[in-house]
Amino acid sequence: MPRIDGVAKVTGRARYLDDLDAPGVWYGATVRSTVAHGVLEAIDLDPGFDWSRVVVATAADVPGQNYIALIENDQPALVAVGKPVMHVDEAIALVAAPTKELAMAAAKAVRPRVRGLPAVFSVEDSLAANEKLYGTDNVFKQFMIRKGHASDADFEAVIAKAAHVIEGTYYTSPQEQMYIEPQAMMAEWRDGRCHIVGSMQCPYYVHKAMKPLLGLGAEDVVITQSVTGGGFGGKEEYPSMLAAHVAVLAKKAGRAVKIVYDRDEDIAATTKRHPAYTRHRLAVDQRGDVLAIDVDCVMDGGAYLTLSPVVLSRGVLHAAGPYRCPVVRVRGRVVATNHPPHGAFRGFGAPQTTFAYERQIEKLAIHLGEDPLQLRKRLALRKGDTTATGQELGFSVGTDEVIAAVERVAGPPPVREGTGPNGEPLRRGRGYVFYFHGAGFTGSGESRLAGRATVARTTSGRYEVRSSSTDIGQGAITIFTQIASQALGVDASLIDVIDPTTSLVPDSGPTVASRTCMVVGGLVERAAKELREKLPSAPAGEEVAVTMQYEPPPGIHFDDATYTGAAYPCFGWACCLVDVTVDLDTYEARVDRCVQAIDVGKAINPVIVKGQIEGGTLQALGWALLENIVYREGKVANANMTNCIVPTFADAPDLETILVEVPYPFGPSGAKGVGEIPMDGPAAAVANAVGDALGCAFDGIPILPEVIAASRARWS
Amino acid sequence: MSSAYIRPRSLAEALDAKAQHPDWMVLAGGTDLMVNATHRPEPAGILDLWRLPELRGVTMTDVLTIGAGTTWLEVEHHAAVLERFGPLAAAAREIGALQIQARGTLGGNVGTSSPVGDSLPVLLAFDAELELASAARGRRRIPYREFCTGYRKTQLAADELIVAAHLRPPATRTRTTWRKVGTRRAQSISKVMGAAFIELDGDVVTRARVALGAVADRPIRIAAVEQAVTGLALGAKAAEAARAALRSAIKPIDDVRSTATYRRDVAENLVARFFS
Amino acid sequence: MKITLTINGERREVDASPWKRLLDLVREDLRLTGTKEGCGEGECGACSVMLDGEVVNSCLVAAGQCDGRTVTTVEGLAHGDVLHAVQRELVACGGAQCGICTPGIAVCAAHVVDRGLIRGKNDHEARETVRALLAGNICRCTGYQLIVDAVVNAARETR
Repeated sequence: MPRIDGVAKVTGRARYLDDLDAPGVWYGATVRSTVAHGVLEAIDLDPGFDWSRVVVATAADVPGQNYIALIENDQPALVAVGKPVMHVDEAIALVAAPTKELAMAAAKAVRPRVRGLPAVFSVEDSLAANEKLYGTDNVFKQFMIRKGHASDADFEAVIAKAAHVIEGTYYTSPQEQMYIEPQAMMAEWRDGRCHIVGSMQCPYYVHKAMKPLLGLGAEDVVITQSVTGGGFGGKEEYPSMLAAHVAVLAKKAGRAVKIVYDRDEDIAATTKRHPAYTRHRLAVDQRGDVLAIDVDCVMDGGAYLTLSPVVLSRGVLHAAGPYRCPVVRVRGRVVATNHPPHGAFRGFGAPQTTFAYERQIEKLAIHLGEDPLQLRKRLALRKGDTTATGQELGFSVGTDEVIAAVERVAGPPPVREGTGPNGEPLRRGRGYVFYFHGAGFTGSGESRLAGRATVARTTSGRYEVRSSSTDIGQGAITIFTQIASQALGVDASLIDVIDPTTSLVPDSGPTVASRTCMVVGGLVERAAKELREKLPSAPAGEEVAVTMQYEPPPGIHFDDATYTGAAYPCFGWACCLVDVTVDLDTYEARVDRCVQAIDVGKAINPVIVKGQIEGGTLQALGWALLENIVYREGKVANANMTNCIVPTFADAPDLETILVEVPYPFGPSGAKGVGEIPMDGPAAAVANAVGDALGCAFDGIPILPEVIAASRARWS
Repeated sequence: MSSAYIRPRSLAEALDAKAQHPDWMVLAGGTDLMVNATHRPEPAGILDLWRLPELRGVTMTDVLTIGAGTTWLEVEHHAAVLERFGPLAAAAREIGALQIQARGTLGGNVGTSSPVGDSLPVLLAFDAELELASAARGRRRIPYREFCTGYRKTQLAADELIVAAHLRPPATRTRTTWRKVGTRRAQSISKVMGAAFIELDGDVVTRARVALGAVADRPIRIAAVEQAVTGLALGAKAAEAARAALRSAIKPIDDVRSTATYRRDVAENLVARFFS
Repeated sequence: MKITLTINGERREVDASPWKRLLDLVREDLRLTGTKEGCGEGECGACSVMLDGEVVNSCLVAAGQCDGRTVTTVEGLAHGDVLHAVQRELVACGGAQCGICTPGIAVCAAHVVDRGLIRGKNDHEARETVRALLAGNICRCTGYQLIVDAVVNAARETR
C-alpha cells in the first residue's frame, strides 16, 4: 500500500507549521546567551529602538512554573534575572512583532548582561568537579550492570584468568539530526485555553510540560501536531521549549504567535546526539570464547538533564552487545557540561556503545586470525541464551537469518590496492558488524507508561484510529491504516487516522524508541479486533469506540534497582557489510557498498520499512565519515548547512537492504521495532572497513579525511 | 525602505548605473550575495546584471571568451570548453550542484574572489585575462593573477564591472589538470583545490603554471613549484620536486572545515600527482 | 516595486521589495506554500523552483530579478489530478517520507526528466546520473535509494 500522505507531499499540498494560515499572527524571535556559563544580571532594552510594535517577554512573564517538565525540572524556559546561564544559545528573552524582520531586529536590541563563570566543556573536567554544574559531582545519572559476579574483585579475578584481553577506548561524536523542516511552533489563547500547534514527535510531552509552565489544567492546554518534516529524536524533547516560548509570547501579545527557527539557530541551540567515550575490555579464553566484558561509558549530557538518563540507560543496556558472555560489568555515567543539552537521536545511546563493542569484536577477530563474520556467528546470542541483564531470549531471535542473508550476497572482498582516475593510489577494505536493538521502551517503561489507543466507528459510518503517535515521515498513518483495515476487515479507504490533538486522542506514549508500530500498532490491532466483534450488536448511527491499554507480554519483568531482567520485550537483529575505498592522495574514504540485513519481525509495509532502514543507514554512514559538530568554547562553530554537512545523493552508495522476518508473537502480525536499529551498526562497519583497507585501527568517529591523513604512520 | 532596482538593457546602461551608484549591489545569480539574505541589510539598490546579453555566453576564436554573466551550467556544457579546457569544465561541474550551477556566474566567482572560489585556480593556471569596463575609462584588461589582491579584495574600481574572462587554449603538448577536494562529494566547499597547466617537450616540462585554492587568503600561483619542475621529465622525480617546492610555499590555516596540516598534505599530494 | 511574473502558467502581479527572496514571494505573496525553506543558504534544495526553464534555489533569487520571468513551483507540476511521472513514481516507490524536501526534489527531478538529462548505458549509469543531478537536494529520511528508484522509473516512462 503506498503512503497515504504521499500525494499531498509530492504535490506540495501537505501543510507544515509554517504553511498554516494564521490571520494576524505575530512572529517570535529568541534572545540567546553568548556566554557558556554565568549569571544573568540584567536584561537591557536598547533605548534607541522603537519598541511600540514589539512585545518582549522574559522569565517574569511565565504564568506558572519556569521549567520544562521532563524527567527533572532543572531546565528553565527562559533564564531569569539572577539565575545561572548554563550554555551558549540558551534562551534569555523573547520578542514578538508583526513581521519577522521587526522581530529579528528587536531581538538584536535586547541586551542580556551576563557575568561570566568558568565553564566546563569536557567530560574529564566535568568529572573532576572543580566547577559544580549539577549536584556535587556533575553526574546526572549512573547505571551499573553486573552479571555473573558479585563485586569488582570477583570481576577482576575473571579478567585475570583470561588468555587474552582486548582493550580500547572509543569516541563517538555529537551528531545533528538535521531534519529538513526546522523546529516550528505556534500558539494562540482562546477563552482561557492555550492552543499550541507545531512540528513535534510527542504531543503529550508538550502537554505535560505546558500544564505547570502555564499554570493550567489538562483540559486548558490543547496540543496539536502539524505535518512534521522529520524528527529523528530531535523533535522529542525540544518542542516543549518552543511551545513554552510561543505560549508565553501569545499570552502577552494577545494574539497568535509563531516561531520558526532559522537553520543556523536550529543547529546552534537544539539538541544533538550525546558524544560518548566508551572504554571496553573483552576477556577471552584460549579458544577465543568470551569470558568477560567490561564497559565504562561516559556521555556528555550538556547543560541540563533533559532525557540523558534514558539515553544512557539504552546505551548501557546495549553495551555488551549481542554476544554470549557469562560475566559482564557495564558502568555508564552521563555528566553535566556547558554544552547545549544533548538529547534524543535515533538509536538513543545504543549507536555509541555499539560502535565500541563492534570495534572490539573486530580486534578480537584480528587477534585470533579468525574470519570476522564467522567469529561473530560463533559468539552471537541465539534463542535460549541470556543477555547482559540476564534476559533469556525466548522468541524472535533472527541471528542466524541475518548473518546468513549477508553471507549469501557478500561475494569476494574488494581488491585491496588500486589506482583512481587521476592516478591516485587507492586502498579498499571490507567491514562487518552484527548488532541488536531493543524494541520499545526500556524495562518496565511500557507498563508504567500504559499507552492507549482507540479505534472507533463514527456516526458517519467511517472508522477512526485515535492515537497520539505522530507521523514524522516514518509512515505511522499508513501503517495504522493497514493494521486497522486488516483487523476490522474493512477497506482502507474507510479508515481515518486522525491528527494527533491532545483533546481528541488518548495518550499512546511518545513517538520514540521504535515503538509506534510494535506497541501502539499492537493496541490499534487489538482495539480494531474488539470493535469488529462489538459492531454486529451495536446500534447503527451511534459512535462505537474501543480503547486498549498496553499490557506487557507474559514473563517480561525488569528490575530497575538491579538492572536485571527483561530489558526489552524483544530485540531487532542486524548484520551489516560495508566496503570502502580510501583515496591515498586526499585521504577520503567512500562507501562503495553497504548491505544491511535486519530482522524486523514482520514488514507490514515493506516499502516503508525499507525506507526506514535506508534512511537510518545513511545517517549512520554520515556519522561515521563526514558529519561533525565543531564546538568552540561551548558554541557550535559550524552552525549552518554549508559547514555542518550531511550526505548528499552523491555521497550515498546504492543501499542493499534485506528484510528478515522472525516474528515477534506479541507485535501486530509479528512486527517489531525498526526505526532505530539501522542507525546502530553501520558506523562501526565503516571503521572496520577503513581499518581493513589501511591496516590500522580507527577508534573514533567521524573518520574524517583529516583523521585518515594523521594515521599514515600506522598504515600497513 | 525597499531597495532601488535597475535592470539595465545594455552594458552601456549598466556602466552608467554603476558609475552613478557605486554603492549598489551588483547582482547576477545571487548564489553568494543572497545567502542568508533575510539576515543581511537590505542594499540601497540592486544593479541586476542577470542575463544581460553583452555579458552572456562563451565564444571560441583563438582565445576562449567567457562573458561574466555566463553560468557554470553554460560553461560546463560548451563544446570548446569540454574539448580544450577540461579543468574549467571539471571545476564548473563541481561548483555546488545543479541549482547553483544554473545561477552562479563566472563574474560572480571572479568578483568575490573568495579563496574557495572553485574556478579561480583554473583561471590562474590558464593565466586568464579579465576584461573590465567603466563608463568613464572604457575597457581595460588585467591578468587574473594581478586582479585579486587579498582576502576577497580585488582591483575592481568602484565604477567598474567585470565583462569577460579570456583564456588561451593549450598547445597540443600540454597537460592540463584539476582536482577539487571538498567536504563531501557534491554541493561542497573546497578544502583544497588545484589546477595545473603544464607545457611539455616530449615528457619534459618546458613551462608550468600551478595554482591552488583554499590554502591562502586568496587563490594563488605557486611559483616555487613552477620553477622546480621546469626542465624535469614528468614522473616520480618531478613529482617529488613539486612536493618539496610546495612545502615552504604555502601557509594554510585551520578552520571549521579542515586543518592546516591536512590542507598542506593534500596540496602536496595533488601537486605531486600533477607531475607524476 | 511592481513585479509581474508568470507562475505555474498564470500571469500575476505583486508589489514587493526587489530584495525579497523569490521563496518568500512565492510563499507569502502568491500563497503557494508547497515550496519549502530548509536552510536559507542554498544548501538543501528544499526551495527549488524552475525559473525560466532552469532549476534554482528560490532562497537565492531576488524578487526583482523575477519581473517578466516564468516560474514553476511544485504546485505547477501536475495537470489537475494527473500527477507528473516523477510525482507518481515518488509515491509508488516510497520516495517521500517526511515530505519536507519532496517538493524541491519533485521540481528538480521533473526538470531533469523532462529535459532528458538522465542517460546511461545501463541502470547503474542512470542511477549515478540521478545522484549527480540531484546532489543539490538534501533528504534526511530516505537514504536516497527509493528516490533514485523513482526518478529512474520516471525517466524510463517519459522516454
